[in-house]
Amino acid sequence: MSSLAGQWNYFLVIALMMIGFYAVIARGNMVKKMVGLTIFQTSVFMLYISMGKVSNGTAPILTGDPQTLYANPLPHVLILTAIVVGVATTAVGYALIIRVYESYGTIEDDELIKMIEAEDAEDSEDMNGETQSA
Amino acid sequence: MQDDPVIRVVSKVMIPTVMLFALYVQFHGDYGPGGGFQAGVIFASAFVLNAMIFGLNRGRHVWPANLNLLAICAGVLLYGLTGIASLFLGANYLDYDVLGATAKSGQHIGILLVEFGVGLTVASVMVALFFTFAGRLTHIRLMSKMQAHEEASPPASKTKTKAKKAGGRS
Amino acid sequence: MMQHLPVLQVLLPLLGAPLAALLRGRDMAWGLALLLTGAAFLISAILFGLQYSAGEALIYDLGGWPAPLGIVYVIDAASALVLPVVSGLAFVATIAARRLVEAEIDARDHALFYAAWLLTIAGMLGQITTGDAFNIFVFLEISSLSAYALVAMGAGRDRRALPAAFNYLILGTVGATFYVIGLGLLYMLTGTLNLTDLAERLAEVESTRASFTALAFIALGLFLKMALFPLHFWLVPAYAHAPSAVSALMAATATKVSVYVLIRLMFGVFGVEFNGLADAIGLLILTLGIAGAFAGTLAAIIETDLKKLFAQSSIAQLGYMAIGIGAMSMTGLAAAFIHLFNHALMKGALFLAIGAIAAQVGRASMQTIEGAGRQIPITMTAILVGGLALIGVPLTAGFISKVYLVRALLEQNFWLLAALTFISSALALAYVWKIIEAAWLKERPKGAPVLVETPVHYVPAWLMVLATIGFGIFAGPLVDAAYAAAAVFIGGAR
Repeated sequence: MSSLAGQWNYFLVIALMMIGFYAVIARGNMVKKMVGLTIFQTSVFMLYISMGKVSNGTAPILTGDPQTLYANPLPHVLILTAIVVGVATTAVGYALIIRVYESYGTIEDDELIKMIEAEDAEDSEDMNGETQSA
Repeated sequence: MQDDPVIRVVSKVMIPTVMLFALYVQFHGDYGPGGGFQAGVIFASAFVLNAMIFGLNRGRHVWPANLNLLAICAGVLLYGLTGIASLFLGANYLDYDVLGATAKSGQHIGILLVEFGVGLTVASVMVALFFTFAGRLTHIRLMSKMQAHEEASPPASKTKTKAKKAGGRS
Repeated sequence: MMQHLPVLQVLLPLLGAPLAALLRGRDMAWGLALLLTGAAFLISAILFGLQYSAGEALIYDLGGWPAPLGIVYVIDAASALVLPVVSGLAFVATIAARRLVEAEIDARDHALFYAAWLLTIAGMLGQITTGDAFNIFVFLEISSLSAYALVAMGAGRDRRALPAAFNYLILGTVGATFYVIGLGLLYMLTGTLNLTDLAERLAEVESTRASFTALAFIALGLFLKMALFPLHFWLVPAYAHAPSAVSALMAATATKVSVYVLIRLMFGVFGVEFNGLADAIGLLILTLGIAGAFAGTLAAIIETDLKKLFAQSSIAQLGYMAIGIGAMSMTGLAAAFIHLFNHALMKGALFLAIGAIAAQVGRASMQTIEGAGRQIPITMTAILVGGLALIGVPLTAGFISKVYLVRALLEQNFWLLAALTFISSALALAYVWKIIEAAWLKERPKGAPVLVETPVHYVPAWLMVLATIGFGIFAGPLVDAAYAAAAVFIGGAR
């Protein structure tokens, strides 16, 4: 089991995790960030699901025979919850992206940052203008 | 898409089948693989298919948004109140043993109610997600058209940003 | 019903959320939220009393399944101390929310706003109560997801709330996912998720590489969630552009809960003497803490928007909590708990008072409060006292925090760190002075909008101010409770 081939699932998980994480960090497009985030979360689902596997085990359904070797169902249940959380996160994320697009007209990070900085500057200018006119 | 007879006929056959399969997954979840989450998503897919084939408006007509919100909340409340019922019967929260005559039948009743609550909420949340996102689509298409138009005639853009600052809720 | 209080604590706001979403009509949802947060506060106060008189942890088995198999809710000295902080702040913020929400949020969204509001409170209470590591993740996501929605609701007034909420979502989810990765490794090592059970079984596999990796992932995830320097960039825009009521609730409670979870995981599961790594981990957290204290304070000094200013100062205050944790000692942990408690009170007072101004003129900045000291003296005094407490002036709760923090550092002969803590606290005087100068030493410019104050505006903030002063003068019970809480994790459980 300690051989590298026996741990192929971990290599898969790590590869997916890094692909997703890279997309989250390095992409400027908000939709691409969300896609990266979803891949990142999926890699964790795979980590959990592969840990529940028992060699030669069947599905964890009661058969009446206590000798039956079955897979560990707990990680699967945990990941069912995590998947639901992931769906909710994705939904909130895309909803926010749509709202951002509706009010800013762009979903590119660098353009957004410029617009936000302009607004921040405008805020303080407005205030100064107000005091000067007073 | 509703003009294509093949799609219409096939989907009319598919929709009840999908719903029936969802109910099977829901209520067979006590004995085999299945349960509220899976069943809810399958059930919702019938509504999504309906809306995709026959249009959003007809889809909304079948399952109005207010009813959907009620269903979302009712599912969560059914889950919570099942747990509270066992509080009143003298056991801990979500202890199903006391819900039936015997511990075994109590567990059956409890898991049935709780999973039904889960299924109801998941199905209606999925439907809500689809309708909310799909409903925004026409709006966004309109917006990008306007933007393209605006870029063609640049001078109007300066005043626009001020007006937009209040944020868009349509 | 007494034995069911631990679950009702979480359940009432959780089930209140779907009810609130269905309520129509003016103030109905608010009334329900007020009722339920009030009940939650009452329950947490009773739980504190019960736990104190019992002298041991109260344990509640969900579904009647006992400890390692089922999910348990644990009320020990630590959770009994943090619960009233969160539920109390939530209650006071809900009182203030009525006016703030009416001013800032579209009437159609009120029901959904309070649904998300109750959910985020339920999530935070759940994280504190539960004794199951995966359950912590679930509650963490419940509170975070509703928090993203709440922050985004600021968009009706300030569209920058939307990108702020999105960045908060990305980083929050990355943080939570890191936590789950660490947890997965722990589960692989031990086969359990119950925190007590985890601690016992982890002792056998303590020196494996997997357990170090698990600690790294969990700590990093929670550092992100608690906005520890340098992972704090999501916090300032999220707090600044959120609706005022949400800023107040989140600034006072959200990051504190993550601090508590970090303490619970690091000390309660991995243990203080984690395989000789204590010094290295302590040094790391101390460094980040003191760096955060300076970065936050300096950024606050140059800030002109009051919400952003105090959000930056939150970074500094979280740094102080991290210093308490990083001292890796009984006193240090107690100081972290004391500061967690006091900072929630101070930031609650500050953001509620600022919210009262922002709801009237749209934005609270150095310019909008010019000369406000004479126009709205009671509200401005609340901000002043809150600011003084942040510095750590005697007779305020902030002083007690700093005393115990410095004591913890001196106990271990960290002279330099104690001096740095002192200097960064003194630097906080700069931004408080800026507020005094703007509010009292300048005339209110002609043509500036007239600010008003009625009891509705200042009572919630003053409740917190009085608590700040009260716990500054009569600090004994709090200090005892904080030491009891620290004793749960270091040296014999209480």
